[in-house]
Amino acid sequence: MPVLEQPSLSAPREMLRQFCRGDLDAFEALFRQHQGAVYGWIVRIVRDPAAAEDLTIETFWRIHRAHARFDPERSFEAWARRIATNAALDHLRTARHHTELPDNLASPSVPDHDISDDLRRKTARAFQRLPAKLQVAATLALIEEQPYREIAEALGVSIGAVKLRVFRALRLLRKELLRQGIQPGIEL
Amino acid sequence: MNEHEQKRIEQWLKHSLPPVGEQTGVKLQRDLWPAMLKRMDGNARPIAVPWFDWALLASVAAWLAFFPGAIPVLLYHL
Repeated sequence: MPVLEQPSLSAPREMLRQFCRGDLDAFEALFRQHQGAVYGWIVRIVRDPAAAEDLTIETFWRIHRAHARFDPERSFEAWARRIATNAALDHLRTARHHTELPDNLASPSVPDHDISDDLRRKTARAFQRLPAKLQVAATLALIEEQPYREIAEALGVSIGAVKLRVFRALRLLRKELLRQGIQPGIEL
Repeated sequence: MNEHEQKRIEQWLKHSLPPVGEQTGVKLQRDLWPAMLKRMDGNARPIAVPWFDWALLASVAAWLAFFPGAIPVLLYHL
């Protein structure tokens, strides 16, 4: 049972103004209010709860350092999500070459008997080799099925750019699978 | 890549990497504020400069004070 629920209310303007002035109590209140949501977003991208906890702290450290640059008239959630996405991207860029997927990948909630374990493993490995930017866009859009508008905001790009990244991710994935002798167009 | 291939790869992807949103891992299990305070405390400490760095800085300052003509040479080599 989770101890922390995701926030349902936006931060009051006065608290945001105090945070902008460097008030530590306001920062703590914002941290407590948004840590669950920031963690939830990051864990969807990096798919590793322990790394997501570290990256949540890294995100709020960046937020704390940049408090003077935050505009209290704008959404704190959107700002925090964008910083969280950048922190997750940095993590994927540095960690991707050091981590290997486990042999026993988590099974889907609804097993598909048409897809063998070997194919699942190969697809996951090929996906992990994608450039971090493409991987994040494809993870959020195709796997987590997040709205394109939210992904675009979090990445700081247009919706069209997100769609292009997703398409490029799929094209590279196809190329990698073909290299491994798997033809997506042929029934297995 | 045609639409059929695209749909198929998307389907494989969903079955290879199930959404984290469906799992309990998407919910934070503990309060991270104590860890955040630790991080802030760790970064708030002044950076310790070894004594020999101070000694080197003092030597260079003394050298430049006694031989101001060496300043352009030093700047050239920086």
